[in-house]
Amino acid sequence: MADEIKPSSPPEGADPKPTAPTSPVAETKPPATGEPTPAAPAAPKPPVAAAAKPPAVPPKPAGPTPQPWEADLTRRLKQSYGSGIESLSYVGQNYLVVDHAIIHDVLHALVNDEAFDYCVDVTAVHYPKNEKPFEIIYILYSFPKNERIRVKTSIAEGEAVPTVSDLWTTADWLEREVFDMFGIVFSGHPNLKRILLPDEWKGYPLRKDYPILLQDKEWVQINLGIESGQ
Amino acid sequence: MDAFLKYLDKSVQMTPGEYGNYIWATIYILLIFAAVSVAVIAMNWLERKILAHMQIRLGPMRVGPHGLLQPIADALKLLIKEDIIPAEADKVVFWFAPIAVMVTAFTTYLVIPFGRAHAVTDMNIGVLFMLGVSSLGVLGIIMAGWSSNSHYPLMGSLRSSAQMVSYEIAMGLAIVSAVMMTSMNSTGTGTLSMIGIVQAQLSQGRWFVFSMFPLGFIAFVVFAIAMVAETNRAPFDLPEAESELVAGFHTEYSGFRWSLFFLAEYAAMIGVSSIAVTLWLGGWLRPFPNWLPGARWDIAFGLFPALTFFILAGMCFLGTIRMPRIPQFRIQTIGLAGFGAVLGLIGLVLLVPGVRERVLDMYWFALKVAFFMYLYIWYRGTFPRYRFDQLMRVGWKVLLPVSLGVVILVALVGLFTHTDAVMGVLR
Amino acid sequence: MSDFYEDIDPAATVTDTKTYLDSDELVLNMGPQHPSTHGVLRVILKLDGEKVLGTECVIGYLHRGVEKIAENRTYVQFNPYVDRMDYVAAVSNGLGYCLAVEKLLNTEAPPRAQYIRVILTELNRIASHQLWLGTHALDIGAITPLFYTFRDREEILKIFEKYCGARLTTHAFRIGGTQYETYEGFERDCLDFCDFLLPKIDEYETLLSTNRIWVERTKGVGYISGKDAIALGVTGPVLRASGVRWDLRKAQPYSGYDKFDFEIPIGLNGDTYDRYIVRIQEMRQSVRIIRQAVEGLPTGPIMAKIPKVLKPPVGEVYHSIEAPKGELGYFIVSDGSTQPYRIRVRPPSFVNLQALDVMVRGSLVADVVAVIGTLDIVLGEVDR
Repeated sequence: MADEIKPSSPPEGADPKPTAPTSPVAETKPPATGEPTPAAPAAPKPPVAAAAKPPAVPPKPAGPTPQPWEADLTRRLKQSYGSGIESLSYVGQNYLVVDHAIIHDVLHALVNDEAFDYCVDVTAVHYPKNEKPFEIIYILYSFPKNERIRVKTSIAEGEAVPTVSDLWTTADWLEREVFDMFGIVFSGHPNLKRILLPDEWKGYPLRKDYPILLQDKEWVQINLGIESGQ
Repeated sequence: MDAFLKYLDKSVQMTPGEYGNYIWATIYILLIFAAVSVAVIAMNWLERKILAHMQIRLGPMRVGPHGLLQPIADALKLLIKEDIIPAEADKVVFWFAPIAVMVTAFTTYLVIPFGRAHAVTDMNIGVLFMLGVSSLGVLGIIMAGWSSNSHYPLMGSLRSSAQMVSYEIAMGLAIVSAVMMTSMNSTGTGTLSMIGIVQAQLSQGRWFVFSMFPLGFIAFVVFAIAMVAETNRAPFDLPEAESELVAGFHTEYSGFRWSLFFLAEYAAMIGVSSIAVTLWLGGWLRPFPNWLPGARWDIAFGLFPALTFFILAGMCFLGTIRMPRIPQFRIQTIGLAGFGAVLGLIGLVLLVPGVRERVLDMYWFALKVAFFMYLYIWYRGTFPRYRFDQLMRVGWKVLLPVSLGVVILVALVGLFTHTDAVMGVLR
Repeated sequence: MSDFYEDIDPAATVTDTKTYLDSDELVLNMGPQHPSTHGVLRVILKLDGEKVLGTECVIGYLHRGVEKIAENRTYVQFNPYVDRMDYVAAVSNGLGYCLAVEKLLNTEAPPRAQYIRVILTELNRIASHQLWLGTHALDIGAITPLFYTFRDREEILKIFEKYCGARLTTHAFRIGGTQYETYEGFERDCLDFCDFLLPKIDEYETLLSTNRIWVERTKGVGYISGKDAIALGVTGPVLRASGVRWDLRKAQPYSGYDKFDFEIPIGLNGDTYDRYIVRIQEMRQSVRIIRQAVEGLPTGPIMAKIPKVLKPPVGEVYHSIEAPKGELGYFIVSDGSTQPYRIRVRPPSFVNLQALDVMVRGSLVADVVAVIGTLDIVLGEVDR
């Protein structure tokens, strides 16, 4: 009954009950093919009615997609750095995707020429299936222009990224945390060591291949004197 | 024995020491020891309660009605605690330090007059003796910090001692100006004796805090600030600030030894307050002895001690009435009512004329000292702590010049207003 | 850390006077358990006598792996976890998260929900500042304001309890709006609280603002210039006290803040005293906002129409709000499934704590305690 109704990604929309107290319990099942069965106990009738409809209902809009973004800023940057930069915008938030080789120069230009004087955040995301699995994200803000921008770059396993702590002092600890959680080395960083985890910890927790229940048993046994932290 | 009985005769108006009566002197010493200990216990309770009420909370309420037995419980706990001495500590000095501090704190009481005839002795250099002895307390603190063989107490004791030494100078100068005021009479002779200073205030007709206004007042204020710093109390308590140095020089002391430090601190507080009262606030004199003289006023003011105890008893009874009427509180209610009854009885006893006259001096003295104790607690509740360098700056750059200035000005004013006395001396 | 310990012979004891009393530099450890480090923070101070030459912060004692947990929970399930980061201002955390997810879903909460959110967030801002004031004053030695601020904070916690059942970690908001309608008498309670609080703020100021000792302990202590603050990424009242007039509620308004009329207090000297004044004034401005929000509370639904099973479209979004501590941002990456692919929390206390080193260089040890207090850090947020 359920498999003929639900398309995989777009949101269902127009659910008559705004409160969803029962769904969190049911959502612990991993969303394998996107078949939300919890709708079943709630409303036995509407799915049947909707099941009769699918051919008539137009396919749901696919949701927002990244749009190309043009501005003076991007024109200037593309003039200087050419093809290494792509400028996009998603739900109104602008971002640049920059090549790994020129990332430091682009950020340098952003700080000095474009007045993005405040580095809001430096973080990373791990996409293990991509050929360049780590994506480093810099979120910058410009006080004079009241504008926020994201700069993304992708690197391969083992590649080092030039540090930006020479451009913004705030990146010091932010990059240490990225190193701590992902193992990405920032070359030129004054003090690259773990910040949140103990110094001798092995493993980089926020990588996708690090299971959520894993702990560095050796560290736990040596330092805490117990068999396991579980 | 004859001397003993002769001394009991009311016509004797001398302290036992002056009179040469060693038995009474010893009795007074023991009485002072007991009284100060009781006062320290009362201060403990009062401090916790008053501080708590300033902080909109109640303070101890469980141990005895309204926490009245709390200090006894605390004392008992301290006595039965394990006596820990750090392994590397210098044992002899470690043992001796609290004793040194306590002895110096209590020795100052030898010259403090609670009444015309109620002091252990009346040394004619009483002020000098008191200043000298209180300076010895610093030695005990350094000994405590050093012998603990640990980093925090050492830093704490060095800071404490630096602080105490700096503020002693301002204290001394303020005392000098008070002593100078004793010589503002027709003969131009002053006195260093504590009893003599109070009598000078009586004969000059005003407390020294009001004389040569505002000089006396400034000297009094300087002394009041310096005495708070001298006893390491807020706002000058950085050496024992918990958030910085754990507990300063007495970090490594536990149990009975710590209680000796505690006793010494409060005894020193009461001691320097007594000195301030004697020098500036007229000691044991009742308010307005010269403006409102005569037997009727004497009797009216004489009823104050009894009145105080009646008010205290009334407060106890009020508390009794407001106690919850459940069985668990019965014993507390009875205790509080009993305590109130005892206070009331003491008040009644104080109405008897014979007792009244003997007690009056001590009562006024105690009342003024109690005012200072309240000020101590009030400061603790209100002020943040001074940082150490700011503390030293206040002592050296503010209090010292001010007290020097006061000394000079008092001398000048005295020179020009009592020229006949000066001439008399010079002749 | 090895360079810090090289100067001191670890075998030396205090009786070895040459090493201890004559040495130029002393390494002092304000350990994780200390009455003045608000939470489990370890600060290693390198001292020359009383002067601080350098500091090193060791954090991570409260690291709970919130970001990793987020990858294993659905969006709705993660909502309660968010409160536990900055547990003092839990409502703001929830607001930031819900707004970020709503942005990802391209929806907005209905106006009534937005107003309720603003009221609760501003109440929480006042509560957070009150807790800050009490503990900061306690560190500097004024032991009384703590009790006054906590007593007044109780009134706010009572409102929260009546609204959502919890005092501290409230979980007040849901993605798409709020779950609970305001209770009977909510508006009356909030307005009464505003009338109650303004004289109390005056009371706090009476105790501290003109107190000679307070002024001496805080003026000139922990100075940071506006330029340094921006370079260090410091936000919140710390930045505003250094003269930078920037508040996310005005610069990039969210949840209906553009409809309210309030001012942004700034300080000119960038020292501890200015940060204290800025936070006191922020409390007053918050009262203003609450009054306007309560009086203008619209009727209507409190929850937007979002699906029961939240599957945001593929994409990523960053949204930040002005939390009481600074800019609190959420960077959410969605892969189209019910569980977020990555949630990054940009914690204001973590970034502000970096500024500690710059602020205490050259000060005395007693000032380190004051500066840690004035940065208003919450270790739950620093460590996540």
